[in-house]
Amino acid sequence: MDDGQQTVSWGRQLARQALLIAVSAVTLYPVLWVVKLAVSPQASMGGGFNPLPTGFTLAHFERVLTARDTLGNLLFPIQLANSLTVSIATTLVGIVLSTTAGYAFSRFDFPGKDAGMKAFLVTQMFPGVVMAVPLYILMDELGLLNSMAGLTLVYSTTSVPFSVWMLKGYFDTIPRDLEEAALVDGASQWTIFTRVILPLATPAIVVTGLFSFMTAWNEFILAATFLSGERHMTLPTVLYGYVDENSTDWAPFAAGAILVSLPVMALFFVLQRHLVGGLTAGGVKG
Amino acid sequence: MASVSLSGVHKRFGDTHVVRGVDLDIADGEFLVLVGSSGCGKSTLLRMLAGLEQPSSGSIAIGGRVVNDVAPRDRDIAMVFQSYALYPHMTVRENMGFGLKVRGAAAPEIDAAVADAARVLDIVHLLDRKPKEMSGGQRQRVAMGRALVRKPKVFLFDEPLSNLDASLRGQMRVELKRLHAKLGVTTVYVTHDQVEAMTLADRIALLDKGVVQQVGTPAELYDWPANRFTARFLGSPGMNFVEAELRDGRVFAPGVDVPVVAELLAEGTTDGPVWIGVRPHDLRLEVGGAAGAIEAEVDVLEPMGWETHAHLRVGDARWTARFDAADAASLTPRGRVRCSVAPRSARLFARDDERALYRAPGPT
Repeated sequence: MDDGQQTVSWGRQLARQALLIAVSAVTLYPVLWVVKLAVSPQASMGGGFNPLPTGFTLAHFERVLTARDTLGNLLFPIQLANSLTVSIATTLVGIVLSTTAGYAFSRFDFPGKDAGMKAFLVTQMFPGVVMAVPLYILMDELGLLNSMAGLTLVYSTTSVPFSVWMLKGYFDTIPRDLEEAALVDGASQWTIFTRVILPLATPAIVVTGLFSFMTAWNEFILAATFLSGERHMTLPTVLYGYVDENSTDWAPFAAGAILVSLPVMALFFVLQRHLVGGLTAGGVKG
Repeated sequence: MASVSLSGVHKRFGDTHVVRGVDLDIADGEFLVLVGSSGCGKSTLLRMLAGLEQPSSGSIAIGGRVVNDVAPRDRDIAMVFQSYALYPHMTVRENMGFGLKVRGAAAPEIDAAVADAARVLDIVHLLDRKPKEMSGGQRQRVAMGRALVRKPKVFLFDEPLSNLDASLRGQMRVELKRLHAKLGVTTVYVTHDQVEAMTLADRIALLDKGVVQQVGTPAELYDWPANRFTARFLGSPGMNFVEAELRDGRVFAPGVDVPVVAELLAEGTTDGPVWIGVRPHDLRLEVGGAAGAIEAEVDVLEPMGWETHAHLRVGDARWTARFDAADAASLTPRGRVRCSVAPRSARLFARDDERALYRAPGPT
C-alpha cells in the first residue's frame, strides 16, 4: 500500500487534490455563507456568489447573547442550560438504557427477544412529526409539558431504540470467549458487563452517545410543540424566533446558528479519537 | 488438586446428540487428553467440565463433589481457550490478576501471584504489554499464566496450541509437559492433534461421535487399539487395512497370507470376514526371493532421506509402508514387491462392528 502511494504519478496526485479541494469547497460554501451573514455589518442574502465577509462585526453575536426577557433577565444562558440539560440527560438515559438493553439482546435468550428488536425497528419508521400529537396528549396528561424532563423522555424514546440496535450489533462482534474466560476467572455477570464488555464497546458507546446528544441538541419540531415561553426554550427554537412572518433577521439567525454548532463541533473534536474502532484487536486470535 | 469424574454424561443441542453417555475417571494429578476429530464432542465435554455448558443428563464431579449445579467460578478450575481470550484492554499483568481481583484478593497477594506465574512462564518482560502488542506464542503463554495464577485444582485446555506454527507448537508441548511435571495439577487437555495426544498424555480418551472409543495410555491405544477407529486415528501414516478372511488359523486376502496368533485372539472369535491391519513400520521389505506374507504393487515412492514411504496396492486397498532408504533404493513404481509382517504385529478387527479381535497379552 505504501509502495503504491509512492508511485502515484504527479497527474493522479494533482487530480486527487483538485477533487478534494472541490469537495471541500462545496461542503464549506454554505457554512461560509452563514459565517458571512454572522459577521458582516450589513448582512443580507444578496451580494452574489461571494461567500467571504465584506466587513467584520460581533454585533450580531452580541445581540443573540444579550437578548433579555421582559423582566430584563439574560435569556441565552438559560436557554443554553435548557439545551445542555436536555441533551446531556438524553445522552445519559440513552447510554444507560441502550448498553444494558443492547447487551441483553446480544447475549441472552428470553421470550420476546426477536419481537422486541423488531418493535424497536418499527418505532424508527415514523417521523417525529407523526408522533407529535399523541405525544402532546400524553405529556399533557403526565404534566410534563414545558419541562426538560418531558422533553428528555420524548427524545429518549426515539434515540434509545436506534442506540440499542447499534450497540447490540457491536456487542455481537465481541467474542464470547472473553466472557467465558471471565466467568471461569470468577467474575459475576455484572462484573463482566462493566469490566470487560463496556470498556471494549467504548467506540460504539461514544458514537451512540454522540448520536443521542446531537438528536436532542438539534431537535426543533417537538421542542417547539412542547415548550412555550422564552425561558423554557431550547436553542433551536430560539433560532426560529428570528424568523418572522414578514421578515427574517438573517444576521442574528446566522450568529445563533454558529453558537449552536460550536458545542457539537467541540464534542466531535474531543471524541474523534474514540470514533475509530479496533479496540478488540489482539484479544483473541485474528 | 482433585480427581475428576464423569458418569453417564449426555449433551444434546436441540436434535443434535453431541455427547452420548461418557464415563470417565481422571485421577488426581493426571494429564488426560481428550482427542478426536472436529465435531466429536470433545470441546463440549470440556465446556461441561468448566461449567460453561450444562449436561443434558449424567453427573460431573470434581474432587468428589458433584458440580452439575455449581457455577464455573466456584468449581476451582482454570481454562485456557483456543483463542486465548485475553482481555484486549488490559495489560498482561491485569489479565493475569483479573481472576484474583474479582475474587477480592488483596493487591500485594495478586502482585505476588502474578509475578510467580510470570517467572514460571518466562513472561516477566511482557507484564506491561497489551495483548495486541504480543505475538501468538506470547499470548499463548499469557493465557497459560492467567490459568496458573489462581492455583486451581484442575486445568482445562481447549486446543491451546492449534493457532501456533509447527515449531512453536513443538516447543510449547515440551513446556506444557515440564509444567505439568512441576505442578502436578490434574489436567484435561482437548486436541485434535494425535501427536499432542501421544506426547502429552498420561492417558488418552479417544472420542468419536460423542462416544469414548478407548481410554488408556498412549502406548495401549497405539499398540492395542480397541477398534478400527482407534487404530486408524493414531499413527501417521495411519494403519493399513484390507478386507480379509479368517480361516483355519490364517488370515487371507488377495496378496495376503498371515498366520493367526491364537493366544492373542479374543475368546469366541470364529472363522469369517475380518479386517487385517498393519502399521506402516511393521512391513518389512523382503529383498531376496523368499515368499513374503504380503505381495503388493508399488504405486508411488516418497523418499524422505532416512526412510522411504512406499505407497502400495494390496489387492484393492492402498497401503503405505515405511522402508529403510537403502532397502527401498531398488524399488521402482509399478514394480512388484514382497513384504513380511511379524504375525504378532498384525491386528485383526471384526468386519461387522470393527471391534479388535486381538487383545493385549496379560501381564503373565
